[in-house]
Amino acid sequence: MKNDHKAAMSGERLRLTPGIKDTRPHLPYRAVPGILPEVPREKTDACCGTPSGLMTPPSLTSGDAPYGHCLQGHVPSPVGPVPRLSTRLTARDYWGGLKVRLGLGRDRYAMPAGLYAVGRPGPRSPVLVTANYKLTVDALRTELSTHDAWILALDTNGINVWCAAGKGTFATDELVHRLKASRLDQVVTHRKLVLPQLGASGVAGHRVKQRTGFQVIWGPIRARDLPAFLKNPQKTPPSMRRMSFTLKERITLVPVEISAAFRPAAWSLGMAMLMALLLGMAGPAPFKTVLHTMLLGVTATVVGLLSGAVLTPILLPWIPGRAFALKGAFLGLAAAFISLLAVYPDMTVETSIALTMMTIATSSFLAMNFTGATPFTSPSGVEREMRWAIPAQALVVTIGLIGWLQAVWAG
Amino acid sequence: MRNMTYLPGVSTLTLDTSRCNGCRTCTLVCPHAVLKMANGHAVIGNRDDCMECGACALNCPQEALRVTPGVGCAAYVLQTWFKGKEAACCGESGCC
Ligand code: SF4
Ligand code: SF4
Repeated sequence: MKNDHKAAMSGERLRLTPGIKDTRPHLPYRAVPGILPEVPREKTDACCGTPSGLMTPPSLTSGDAPYGHCLQGHVPSPVGPVPRLSTRLTARDYWGGLKVRLGLGRDRYAMPAGLYAVGRPGPRSPVLVTANYKLTVDALRTELSTHDAWILALDTNGINVWCAAGKGTFATDELVHRLKASRLDQVVTHRKLVLPQLGASGVAGHRVKQRTGFQVIWGPIRARDLPAFLKNPQKTPPSMRRMSFTLKERITLVPVEISAAFRPAAWSLGMAMLMALLLGMAGPAPFKTVLHTMLLGVTATVVGLLSGAVLTPILLPWIPGRAFALKGAFLGLAAAFISLLAVYPDMTVETSIALTMMTIATSSFLAMNFTGATPFTSPSGVEREMRWAIPAQALVVTIGLIGWLQAVWAG
Repeated sequence: MRNMTYLPGVSTLTLDTSRCNGCRTCTLVCPHAVLKMANGHAVIGNRDDCMECGACALNCPQEALRVTPGVGCAAYVLQTWFKGKEAACCGESGCC
């Protein structure tokens, strides 16, 4: 997937190589360099996952760029034309969003940072600040289909507001910089910015006011509450300001959890299989029995993966315990019990216990990893639970593995 | 999911009421309604609901609130243990 994408992007780059004329200078908004939505910055911190080369210079009219089709002409402003966002999603938006949600392809899905318009905004229209994550911009523009507003997208490397605020890219400095770069003070006559509430862990409202004169108004958490908020900004019902974690929200996280767990799981399983194969070949058991026991190990791990990365997110509020590792262990035990009855009823007690332990440890570890995707786990809490959970998981998985390898050996 | 209380007694959140000027900003930015107003100044309601996001402390103009902010992500914490604070990041895990 990533390679496909790279290929597509390098195709685009080809068209922009020196010698072949860059068409961008001829675009109308080139006349106002300050307001031109900026190309997403190449990522600097190498650890955060995007293969280099994904952020090739986009051209706003390019049909290949993931956002070209979101634009609908320009809106005039005192500093020149501003690209206008369509408030309707097309099949391409849905497809792109689906791919991102399924964890396929790129994990960063960026629009160029800068100023955009929805509807026909003027000097008194509200300014909504957001991240340059395309799904966030999509949510915003569709909610604003009957509004005239300016949208200022900060460069968060194509990450959503909440995560970017935590990472320090949706931040005071970036907001101040982007305000100046887009010359917003000339575009609007008022001095107010509406920011999503979840950006507050990255942006200090009073500092923005000190540095730019613009007052930060904390808008609702969810884009869908924006129309109601814009109608009456003084009165936000408490529900607008509270984080939610609905069944639907949890289900959408499952594919991401699976794709995150897949590689390490496949890797450790591969290692274990190799060890088992060597042991089994050296041992007295017939090859068929060895294979059978090996397969049981795979089943136990996959059951643990399903329990920890699929069932735990979905059933989260109903699983007993507060620590995620504990929740995962509970569910792993239940899942192992069911699969013992269904898949391996003819096992010896020792092997059953070993397989159960492998399932529990896998499930517990993956459930604990789910803390990263929830909107309510504190770092102090995660660290507290990990201090006992990691050694416990390591112990359980080691005993389980030894028991299973022993079974492979003995047949 | 209504009850979003995680582990009890771990949050690093503190409030120095004597510095608070009652501007209410913290009550607007907290995504878990931990902070409330009483007698013209902020008070900590259910401290165990705090996820240490740091929004209140960052936005308190009086520096009355303090918290050690961070991301509650096991993959991240693991990395801080093994690679140190600087090298750690959420990477490709489900965090972000
Ligand atoms: S933000 Fe600070 S000064 Fe304002 S009410 Fe909260 S604690 Fe008090
Ligand atoms: S750190 Fe975040 S969750 Fe905790 S009280 Fe402050 S704003 Fe609320």
